[in-house]
Amino acid sequence: MQVTLADIKRGQQAIITDVSSIHIPLKLLEMGCLPGNLVELVQVAPFADPMYLNINGTHLAIRKETAIHILIDITNG
Amino acid sequence: MAKQINVALIGNPNTGKTSVFNALTGLNQKVGNYPGITVEKKEGVCKLPRGVKAHIIDLPGTYSLNASSLDENVVIELLLNKNDKDFPDVAVVVSDVENLKRNLLLFTQIKDLEIPTILAINMSDRMKYKGIQLDIPLLEKELQTKIALISTRKNKGIDELKELIINYKELSVKPCVNASEIDPNYFDNLRKAFPNQLLYKLWLVITQDVNFGKTDRNEVDAINSFKTKSKADLKRLQQKETIKRYQFINSTLKKGHTIDLKSAKDLRIQLDRILTHKVWGYLIFFIILLTIFQAIYVWSSVPMDLIDTAFAFLSEWTKNSLPQGAFTNLIAEGIIPGLGGIVIFIPQIAFLFLFISVLEESGYMSRVVFLMDRIMRRFGLSGKSVVPLISGTACAIPAIMATRNIESWKERLITILVTPFTTCSARLPVYLIIISLVIPEGKFIGLDYQALTLMLLYLIGFGTAIFSAWLLNKILKIKSKTFFVVEMPNYKLPLFKNVVLTVIEKTKSFVFGAGKIILAISIVLWFLASYGPGDDFNNAESIVTTAYASENLSSEELQQKIASHKLEHSFIGIAGHAIEPAIRPLGYDWKIGIAIVSSFAAREVFVGTLATIYSVGNDEEETIKNRMAGEVNPILGGPLFNFASGISLLLFYAFAMQCMSTLAIVKRETNSWKWPTLQLVIMSGFAYIVALIAFQVLK
Repeated sequence: MQVTLADIKRGQQAIITDVSSIHIPLKLLEMGCLPGNLVELVQVAPFADPMYLNINGTHLAIRKETAIHILIDITNG
Repeated sequence: MAKQINVALIGNPNTGKTSVFNALTGLNQKVGNYPGITVEKKEGVCKLPRGVKAHIIDLPGTYSLNASSLDENVVIELLLNKNDKDFPDVAVVVSDVENLKRNLLLFTQIKDLEIPTILAINMSDRMKYKGIQLDIPLLEKELQTKIALISTRKNKGIDELKELIINYKELSVKPCVNASEIDPNYFDNLRKAFPNQLLYKLWLVITQDVNFGKTDRNEVDAINSFKTKSKADLKRLQQKETIKRYQFINSTLKKGHTIDLKSAKDLRIQLDRILTHKVWGYLIFFIILLTIFQAIYVWSSVPMDLIDTAFAFLSEWTKNSLPQGAFTNLIAEGIIPGLGGIVIFIPQIAFLFLFISVLEESGYMSRVVFLMDRIMRRFGLSGKSVVPLISGTACAIPAIMATRNIESWKERLITILVTPFTTCSARLPVYLIIISLVIPEGKFIGLDYQALTLMLLYLIGFGTAIFSAWLLNKILKIKSKTFFVVEMPNYKLPLFKNVVLTVIEKTKSFVFGAGKIILAISIVLWFLASYGPGDDFNNAESIVTTAYASENLSSEELQQKIASHKLEHSFIGIAGHAIEPAIRPLGYDWKIGIAIVSSFAAREVFVGTLATIYSVGNDEEETIKNRMAGEVNPILGGPLFNFASGISLLLFYAFAMQCMSTLAIVKRETNSWKWPTLQLVIMSGFAYIVALIAFQVLK
């Protein structure tokens, strides 16, 4: 099964491998959510939604429904 | 005099763009709206050296030139329209030294439009703290621009920026990135079809799903026929373009930007561990809310009482010092209290926006959105709806103004529409007097019945707001992108100047926006209460004097009887009589009818109007209460204010849209009469039905 950003745990780091551009707002891509960039989970709200991430140095929060469209490779943790 | 230089400030949100604007213009700024939409337009004048002046426009914050909201749309519309009077001679891209990589994306896009562009790197005072070093000459060469290293916090670099603005003609207009490389064939065809147009501009027009207004209308139509690619294809190309831009930015920054992570400190992670914590985060937010609530509710009551007294004095003074007549009455009883009705809201508005702007400036607001989003989303609201809903408990007017930062129009509209259900402080005087009349004293498991009733009314208000939000979310068919991306900016100490300017600007926009409507309606209501047709009104004095001739009334008592008689036969009194058949099933008589009609100016007027009708000299609560307790229902007999009619009145005031000021602000914020009208009809209709059922069941 493919690992998506929705599966990341706190303290884990990952590399974005692919983003489904149809489901992802362009704004997110522009903020650095692009293949090859590093991503880390900073904090989650109750029910693990929304997720507070550090993508390529930018800190932002997205909803889980968006995170499932971002594929990742977990590198540590 | 030489022509002013048109300068556009552009930048990502949270880069301190507004601070730069404030530093350049100071108090020489004005805030308006873009025609036809509710996006704020901030512009100002900046004095440059050697007598040159610059017209500065602070464009809404955006991450790129690909618009996803009305605000961002404004930026593109301006940059694509050379005929616009605000079209910039020079663009200043404001960026944050810590997020330079992301900020440069927008910069490269603007460069591609061949507009002279200055790069202002803000927050440079944090470079050392963050271990960042920049090779400015190298960056200037690579990015084909001039760079101003500024710090609005330390007030540094602003003069250098002004100098660069004066010399804008020396700036290179060469693009940094060749976007057409992402699909050479496609762009070649485009070039052949429109040889006279800038290729990147064409590309923007093709990819934007926006209405470009009158901008180059004909061109856009021609270009539309060129949309040979599917939406998905276009988006894929936009993604390619973004990657290409980042490649350029990364290779540039590799040369001119070094960061020593060892000397970098990050307060954010430590703070966020607590402030966004599952338990502590909510607790801290709750404490902050309590403080805000306390401020709006309690602290502002002092200046509000002062304003109230001052206007009453002014009205009295005018009446005594101007010659008697209709004109004096208009000023003393219509215009001055009308103005007072506007000014009275200023303390609450100022306090609320003081807190909101501190929370926003510090970066904490994004954390609130993060914490509350999941809960609010179930009801069709956003994490950002929390603040308006809570502050609605003080007053709906500043609360509705605070919805402006909700991006999704649908979520914002729902928040605006449901906020008036929350129990505002103007309902309190009405609630208190009726509760003390009809709810028996006594205790239920140690809790006072009357206090319980009051709490229940607050809960009903909040519950109805949430429930109607849920309902509206199902009903309203508004296409609005609901994606949710919130930047979590670094924590910063708020800048005093920014906070003060926000408070001033919001207060001004209330006074001049909604104030006009409030003043107009107050004057109309005053007219209706001070004039009436026929003998009964015009000869009130002689009629009352004759009627009470046998009783030995003091002149003061007589005056009160006359005022009461006049009010009964004034236009508003006639309206009260006219609606009596409609409100009788609710358990009210025509006197309550008059109070309901006139309390449309503001709910608390209900008590004062009853005081006039019952010809009670002062509006001391005890006196009115005793008088109200003695009223007899003319049809059913028994006390007029009994349990059934009291509950019915409480519920009526809980739900009815009895506040013209709120309607005025909703009109202003939604830019249409449609929503306030719907609000009035639906809320007041619902209130009527509920009050009717309550009285009929309980009587």
